[in-house]
Amino acid sequence: MIYREAGQFKTSYAADQQLFPIRQDRIGVLIVLAVAFLAIPAVASEYWFSAILIPFLIFSLAALGLNILTGYAGQLSLGSAAFMAVGAYAAYNFQLRIEGIPILVSFACAGLTAAGVGILFGLPSLWIKGFYLAVATLAAQFFIVWCLTKFPWFSNHSSSGVISAQKIVIFGHEFASPREKYLLVLTLVAVMALAAKNMVRSSTGRAWMAVRDMDVAAEVIGIRLMPTKLLAFAVSSFYCGVAGALYAFCYLGSVEPDGFSLDMSFRILFMIIIGGAGSILGSFLGAAFILLLPIFLDIALPRMAGLLGLPFSNATVSHIQILLFGTLIMFFLIVEPHGLARLWQIGKEKLRLWPFPH
Amino acid sequence: MFKSRKSVSIAAVSVVLLAQGALAAEEQFFPITSYRVGPYGANGQSFFGGFVDYLNYVNIKEGGVNGVKLVWEECETEYNNAKGIECYERLKDKAKVSSGPIHPMSTGISYALIEKTAADKIPMAMVGYGRTDAVDGSVFPYAFPLVTTYQMQASAIVKFIKEKEKGSLAGKKIVFLYHDSAYGKEPIVALQEEAKLNKFELTVIPVAHPGNEQGAQWLQIRQEKPDYVVFWGWGVMNQTALKAAQKVGFPREKMIGSWWAGSEEDTVPAGDAAKGYMSATWNVAGKNVPLISDIEKVVYGAGKGNLQDTSKIGTILYNRGVSVAVLSVEAIRKAQEKYGKGKAMTGEQVRWAMENLNISNARLKQIGAVDLLPEIKTSCDNHEGSGQVKIQQWDGTKWVVVSNWIEGNKALIHPLFKASAKQYATEKGITPRDCSKES
Repeated sequence: MIYREAGQFKTSYAADQQLFPIRQDRIGVLIVLAVAFLAIPAVASEYWFSAILIPFLIFSLAALGLNILTGYAGQLSLGSAAFMAVGAYAAYNFQLRIEGIPILVSFACAGLTAAGVGILFGLPSLWIKGFYLAVATLAAQFFIVWCLTKFPWFSNHSSSGVISAQKIVIFGHEFASPREKYLLVLTLVAVMALAAKNMVRSSTGRAWMAVRDMDVAAEVIGIRLMPTKLLAFAVSSFYCGVAGALYAFCYLGSVEPDGFSLDMSFRILFMIIIGGAGSILGSFLGAAFILLLPIFLDIALPRMAGLLGLPFSNATVSHIQILLFGTLIMFFLIVEPHGLARLWQIGKEKLRLWPFPH
Repeated sequence: MFKSRKSVSIAAVSVVLLAQGALAAEEQFFPITSYRVGPYGANGQSFFGGFVDYLNYVNIKEGGVNGVKLVWEECETEYNNAKGIECYERLKDKAKVSSGPIHPMSTGISYALIEKTAADKIPMAMVGYGRTDAVDGSVFPYAFPLVTTYQMQASAIVKFIKEKEKGSLAGKKIVFLYHDSAYGKEPIVALQEEAKLNKFELTVIPVAHPGNEQGAQWLQIRQEKPDYVVFWGWGVMNQTALKAAQKVGFPREKMIGSWWAGSEEDTVPAGDAAKGYMSATWNVAGKNVPLISDIEKVVYGAGKGNLQDTSKIGTILYNRGVSVAVLSVEAIRKAQEKYGKGKAMTGEQVRWAMENLNISNARLKQIGAVDLLPEIKTSCDNHEGSGQVKIQQWDGTKWVVVSNWIEGNKALIHPLFKASAKQYATEKGITPRDCSKES
């Protein structure tokens, strides 16, 4: 009843082409942004900022990057963590080696560097598809991590290979507290997510989806495969690169190449599978599910065990947590193979018909 | 979805708020970021088992430190950096009230926590791992690479080999086989300096994580025919190396590992391939240390033991956990001497104590831990406090100590820390403290 667009007439092209055509959606997005920008900083504790919100936003951004490549353009990739590593190390080196470079410029350059590397490793996609491409991008995962470990220049000859992110100073203001870092990450993620939302409905996004659905057909209707696929790799890696830079600068503070392991790439892939491939919202839902559920279980399980009087040790709780987590993933995949975003979509359709389903 | 996300977060907030129950005034809190599952879970079980057992022991035997009961909360990190940070943030609120040193037991997590702990004024100890240039306390006031570091250990191993070779290493060939990570790379600088000084030839060979395939590396070692292999392995890499050494016929008596490559978890799975293998250690194994046998009697006798598998009592890692707990509790004791006996100490006060530790053999004897670990004397300039290790050898069934305490070449190694800490300070814009003004 509330969620119905009846009576919302589009009288101009601008109105017809806006990002969120339904008024309720616009209001919803504004409320979410207002909560994220105003309410959360006012009430959340340091634990929430540094352990939950910041990693959630950063991984959402990385998942968004992978979603552009895999969900929209249909190119399976297992190298997301490696592109994040490129971003992190590039941002560090730009800050280190160019005197007085603004940090946001460094982040942008880090994204561009990752985009360049992404194009390089996207080249095999012109010849191979599907699982074979996934194996080719696996090469990126191993090569980049090896490269960052092998050449000490990347880590400024640190004896351990660990880089320690510089201070974040924008217009003379230092972003030191978790709250400020959260706001910085949130701003970047919000802008980039809206940009992605806009991009996927543009001709570029439509070309990606055409290639995803059937590349021969796409070629027949005049979409050039090479630029389309490589652009998808570039944009995707750009997002991952910025996410990597934020991961190093706003979350961990110091990173080593081994941290960006295949394991992390898989996690990002799981995020878009659970959240929903080919959906911007899905990237956020997936990141929330994969990151927050284990923490929630970790905190809730010992408490439940305490209530029931079960003698759970820490190790048992961890084992149960892994078990439950795996079971929930399977449950969701069986109940809704198209991910959490699809559930939201179904909910929306139902709301439109409510209270008169036919 | 927005609604549901909000309600989940409200639920989670309330859970977190519930967790922050009020602390009684006279309780000393220890935040423990442990790992008992995951790839290194077996190591973590022994280590944190020993740590918690000693805290229990102090509570049972003495009723805490001067009457202040020791309490703790564990959080499982699975040796994962992100989880480690989450755990730290979760334990932080309690630790801000009163805190013993935090022991991440992971180089990755300790690196990630260096700045956070300094900002939150919670002391972090990295006993035998972590950021080694934190030895320079003027740049790293809250980080303590106690007892000894990778570099000092490597230097001590070189010293040991030199003694075996009758005082000269000139013209000898040493291969450094290492886990290709922050952990494995740190000693390289020290070994290079030692190579220059002692005129031996150094070849470094990396092994990619996790190191369960080392065919190529050992082929190269066979071609190089080194006099010794200094070995910096971790986890599954250790047993693999021992088996690979046996396969190519490299004598294990010429292989010396780091202290992370010298526990029963490493040698037992390698079977007879491990016999004769040596490793450095800063704490000895066995139950014949009075403290260890007393813990078994008192804590396990009272049914409060932390380990389910009691056969682990007296293993290298268990004893290491106990040693680390001894250091932590001694720091609390020292802090109470200055800031008031019978009171819970804040992180800041414990930090001061850790910088002014002076644990002599006489004190260790009182605890029953003499020769379990070396004497420790820290200062603002020297957060390491000892730099001594022993060399132990696997006789097929147990570790046998084959040397006395050996100290690395401090004059050679400590300037390296200073330089590295200085670089860190410049990169981060930190003004180092003046150590001569610290009391």
